[in-house]
Amino acid sequence: MFGNTTLTQFLFGRLSLEAIPYHEPILIVTFIAVAIGGIAMLALITKYKLWGYLWTEWFTSVDHKKIGIMYIVLAIIMLLRGFADAIMMRIQQAIAFNGSEGYLNPHHYDQIFTAHGVIMIFFVAMPFVTGFMNYVVPLQIGARDVSFPFLNNFSFWMTTAGAVIIMMSLFVGEFARTGWLAYPPLSGADYSPGVGVDYYIWGLQVAGIGTTLSGINLIATIVKMRAPGMTFMKMPIFTWTSLCTNVLIVATFPILTATLALLSLDRYVGTNFFTNDLGGNPMMYINLIWIWGHPEVYILVLPAFGIFSEVVATFSGKRLFGYASMVYATCVIMILSYIVWLHHFFTMGAGASVNAFFGITTMIISIPTGAKMFNWLFTMYRGRIRYELPMYWTIGFMVTFVIGGMTGVMLAIPPADFVLHNSLFLIAHFHNVIIGGVLFGLMAGVVYWWPKAFGYKLDKFWGLISFWCWQIGFFVAFMPLYVLGLMGVTRRVNQFEDPSLQIWFVIAAIGAGIIACGIGAFIIQLVVSFMRRDQLRETSGDPWDGRTLEWSTSSPPPDYNFAFTPVVHDHDSWYDMKLRGYERPLGGFKPIHMPKNTGTGIVLAGISIVFAFAMIWYIWWLAAISFIAMVATAIGHTFNYNRDFHIPAETVTATEDARSKLLAERT
Amino acid sequence: MTPQLKIVARLFALLVLVGLSGCNLVVMSPSGDIAKQQANLIIVATVLMLIIIVPVIFLTLFFAWRYRGSNTSAPYDPEWHHSTGLEVIIWSAPLAIIIALGAVTWISTHKLDPYRPLDRLDAQRAVPAETKPITVEVVALDWKWLFFYPDYGIATVNEMAAPVDVPINFRITASSVMNSFYVPALAGMIYAMPGMETKLHAVINKPGEYEGLSSNYSGDGFSHMRFKFHGVDQAGFDQWVARVKQNGTALNRDAYLKLEKPSAREPVRYYASVEDGLYRAVLNMCATPGKMCMDEMMHIDMAGGGGIESHENRARLEHDNRHAGEAAHGTAAPAATFPATGNPARSPEPAEGVNSQQPQGQSGGPSMHQGTHAPGMHDMQGGASGSTTETPQGGAAPAQLNNDAPAKP
Amino acid sequence: MSQTQAQTHGADNGKPQFYLTEDHHPEGSTMLGFWLYLMSDCLIFAVLFATHGVLGRNYAAGPSPADLFDLPLVALNTAMLLFSSITYGFAMLQMERGAKIETLFWLGVTGVFGAAFLSLELYEFNHLIHEGAGPTRSAFLSSFFTLVGTHGLHVTFGIIWLITLMVQVGRHGLIEANKRRLMCLSMFWHFLDVVWIGVFSFVYLMGVLG
Repeated sequence: MFGNTTLTQFLFGRLSLEAIPYHEPILIVTFIAVAIGGIAMLALITKYKLWGYLWTEWFTSVDHKKIGIMYIVLAIIMLLRGFADAIMMRIQQAIAFNGSEGYLNPHHYDQIFTAHGVIMIFFVAMPFVTGFMNYVVPLQIGARDVSFPFLNNFSFWMTTAGAVIIMMSLFVGEFARTGWLAYPPLSGADYSPGVGVDYYIWGLQVAGIGTTLSGINLIATIVKMRAPGMTFMKMPIFTWTSLCTNVLIVATFPILTATLALLSLDRYVGTNFFTNDLGGNPMMYINLIWIWGHPEVYILVLPAFGIFSEVVATFSGKRLFGYASMVYATCVIMILSYIVWLHHFFTMGAGASVNAFFGITTMIISIPTGAKMFNWLFTMYRGRIRYELPMYWTIGFMVTFVIGGMTGVMLAIPPADFVLHNSLFLIAHFHNVIIGGVLFGLMAGVVYWWPKAFGYKLDKFWGLISFWCWQIGFFVAFMPLYVLGLMGVTRRVNQFEDPSLQIWFVIAAIGAGIIACGIGAFIIQLVVSFMRRDQLRETSGDPWDGRTLEWSTSSPPPDYNFAFTPVVHDHDSWYDMKLRGYERPLGGFKPIHMPKNTGTGIVLAGISIVFAFAMIWYIWWLAAISFIAMVATAIGHTFNYNRDFHIPAETVTATEDARSKLLAERT
Repeated sequence: MTPQLKIVARLFALLVLVGLSGCNLVVMSPSGDIAKQQANLIIVATVLMLIIIVPVIFLTLFFAWRYRGSNTSAPYDPEWHHSTGLEVIIWSAPLAIIIALGAVTWISTHKLDPYRPLDRLDAQRAVPAETKPITVEVVALDWKWLFFYPDYGIATVNEMAAPVDVPINFRITASSVMNSFYVPALAGMIYAMPGMETKLHAVINKPGEYEGLSSNYSGDGFSHMRFKFHGVDQAGFDQWVARVKQNGTALNRDAYLKLEKPSAREPVRYYASVEDGLYRAVLNMCATPGKMCMDEMMHIDMAGGGGIESHENRARLEHDNRHAGEAAHGTAAPAATFPATGNPARSPEPAEGVNSQQPQGQSGGPSMHQGTHAPGMHDMQGGASGSTTETPQGGAAPAQLNNDAPAKP
Repeated sequence: MSQTQAQTHGADNGKPQFYLTEDHHPEGSTMLGFWLYLMSDCLIFAVLFATHGVLGRNYAAGPSPADLFDLPLVALNTAMLLFSSITYGFAMLQMERGAKIETLFWLGVTGVFGAAFLSLELYEFNHLIHEGAGPTRSAFLSSFFTLVGTHGLHVTFGIIWLITLMVQVGRHGLIEANKRRLMCLSMFWHFLDVVWIGVFSFVYLMGVLG
């Protein structure tokens, strides 16, 4: 490969000034905006001397609560990018009629829809979900941290590194123009020779390492670190759904890793896995990627189901109806999600019996899902429902999600899928379940657990505005897509000839605008709540009259979560404790053994970015050096045996006394 | 809050109603029997599921209203969390629906298997015994459609026609990347994949001009990978064939290899004659002279491979880089760069026509493109110039039927 | 980390106990976590095996396993890896006895066998590439090189890890942390052995004979 290269090519690979898209005004403006925002942010941090604080208290922290919050911050930042892509697509499709090319050429438009899918799934939904699992699970099971705290920090930074790699493609080079799953042969070296697919591959590989490790970590935590007395059938439902989700993560992300590795071998080495020629088989890739891809859907939605279960029981003031059947339904969904992948390509010609088999297994998933829906319903039955923000999102979800479920079953019937596949009906369907299911769940989670994480509730007025904008915006944006799908309009098209379609795209664009207001209101809600935090302050630690252990600690919880490890007798353990006269321990505290912070995670992730960048641009010397540096750093980390410390008993006593004082002030 | 939720529900209902009445839902009211059955299946499935969905939505809203915190007259039972009877119902009700739907799925999937030859023309008529189906061999090229009519020895680009009430046997493949062949009014889609052949059996029942398209994203020119499907009566079809024969040129391998190069917004082309075995060669990825055909390769592989001394076979089987080195390297796309495999990129510049700044839409415009192109003389390697610079050359170039048609209303 | 399970002494005197006053030591999760990692790694191999299963006969009119593979060499190779597993077992036995020097000796022997395995594999790869049967020749060879190469890469990292651990055992002795690490590497090493048996049977034996 070094044949007749010049020194420049040796030093910079295929990176040249041409890679900077200075001829794309949209990107220049974006870059300037991002640069100004970024510089302002850095300046503020420097001005208030926050670097040291951020480094010691957050970046190097191994505290699951801080890592969970950082995951969610990452998700919200990436949501803004992903949504910017969405609104660009909506505008393009609303105006590209009657011979107008719109304002995005195919080169740009194709990158946008690819980036939108990749970012929303991998860098919004995934970190959001992982963030919640990180924050909530140890608290719910009465643990002081996860099993492998350093690994947790490392996982977070690898996910962030993946996001950084994807974001770099905006300003250096280009992103993939292949759709979010990069089907070969289109994504192969011959049909996508640029750096776009390489950005895609390395971004996902780096983030995928983080996701897999975090999955392993959380399974070990849930299996091994539960408080005494908490048998599996006494675990809170959110912990159950997290367990199933992490099993899915560990059992599917390696498949994604291997599949993308094979694609990168095709691209870098010239192997013939997914090529047209020399015996390669692109259909292999499509099967493999969906063997990961379908469980991925449940990785996202199961924790959301868990959040709804917690919310609906708490705000109905009632035990969850059918706890056991909820658990079984979750496990059944987990297992079934592995044997439905082929429904993503009924149209590949697999034959009637194979198609029918996968169609029917897909439908069977709707049985446990339906059972869950009824369980939530009957939890509300004979309850006393308090209409706080989380409950709005939950009811909004129940109404919206069943429609998505219905269209999903329609798509599961192979002959119906032949006319609906790849159409905007399909797009509307999966946005219906991902927005109406996953996103509503995550928003419910934010308003539900925010007081736990920060000690004050979120402003209800702006929360309601955000909820209604999302709810209405969703219907306005996606119902037209259902209609367009039935009009035979397919996805990923950037220009239309039939003028009768335009009105629907315009409505959809208006819907996207309403959703934008919802996102805006959400951010205003965060800001307003922060400004008014003294009025919204919540000192009891249990603002919603909660039912699970996380509500038994202070808000925010101390570093060690629980001064004494709780003992569990019931699956609504905190409710049970309150009912039976639990008294908070006031003395006799002992030193608490905790893991030390470490900077290795962020350093390794930083080197991974350099390595990925070098691989993307064929800067082989840099790739070699950074790879060696990565291995050396990891080995160096293992030579540090001194990883723990004890929080002295006096500190614990002081923290707990401060809380006693706060609680006393309330009464 | 409940009234607000109701507003949302009404809004949704309204949207659905408007959608069903106000526009051309081609998927729900198609003109081909297969698509019609598929549409019916959608309706059956929807109705079956509404049996569950409607009560759930209703109960959600009702319970949300009935058990609101301010309603102290409603019963409150904080410990009630189990009822075997209810649990049986909540598991068995969806189960019953899914059993019904599963049966429908199994039967319909076999009956509407695209590989299965038709046994009826529509709900009333079986296929008459003497009917000879028409065969169409479809090739998805970058980014246009090529149709072979082996029974008539003709071929067309971006336009096809078929007689009403005659079963059509499609044989579908692609030249480079995956596409999907979809005529919504006719039948469901099926992928078009290089080196492989998929099949589709369908029939059109009503005469008319229908949209056909690629429904699987395939790169830069994908959005314009559309064609017109003409359902015509037998006489009209014979006329169409005659017109193709009269106005068309010859499609030999040379012409095919030029046609196959990436380009977008190609006008309709007619070919009066087709070289023998061209479709088979395209399917087996050996249209380029000197290449080994896939079927030959598979034959060798079945027999245990080509042995150690088979180095020359490798070059004969390389397909994906077939345009390497031919492309003009004048205007590289932003940041498009060389791949690591050592093979030069197929075509680093953007597709012809895709980014061109001239007013577009010639495929539907009445007067911009009227010529049949003699493919042999048609310089497609100009690269930078784009397709709008093509001039009608060679042979008589009468105005073509479909280029005069205005854009679809 | 201590393995003692905390006792929940409560509920005897009528009033339920809601927290432990003793320090709670959940049992160590390292072994479970490492198992989970191995299973995820196993899935990567599963994908590669499946790929080989699909593409393994796509010779692209080129050489087939019968033309290429030298079974006696592969058998020798297999023996090297199996021996290394046995010697790793000896190292673990010595570790249980607390004999540091003997443990290090057997670890060293394991490393030498591992290196021998790798050298034979590299020799084989080199030979194949020189015959024109490199990974770009056909889908069969792509999947062969990737599957066997991925295994080889794992062995390479195993050896680096082994050396690291030898240094750490040499420096700190057989302390609890080092024992745990040796256990993890042991699982990793035996896992690679099991994977190799799969490679040997499905890729080489069934390729040549099947």
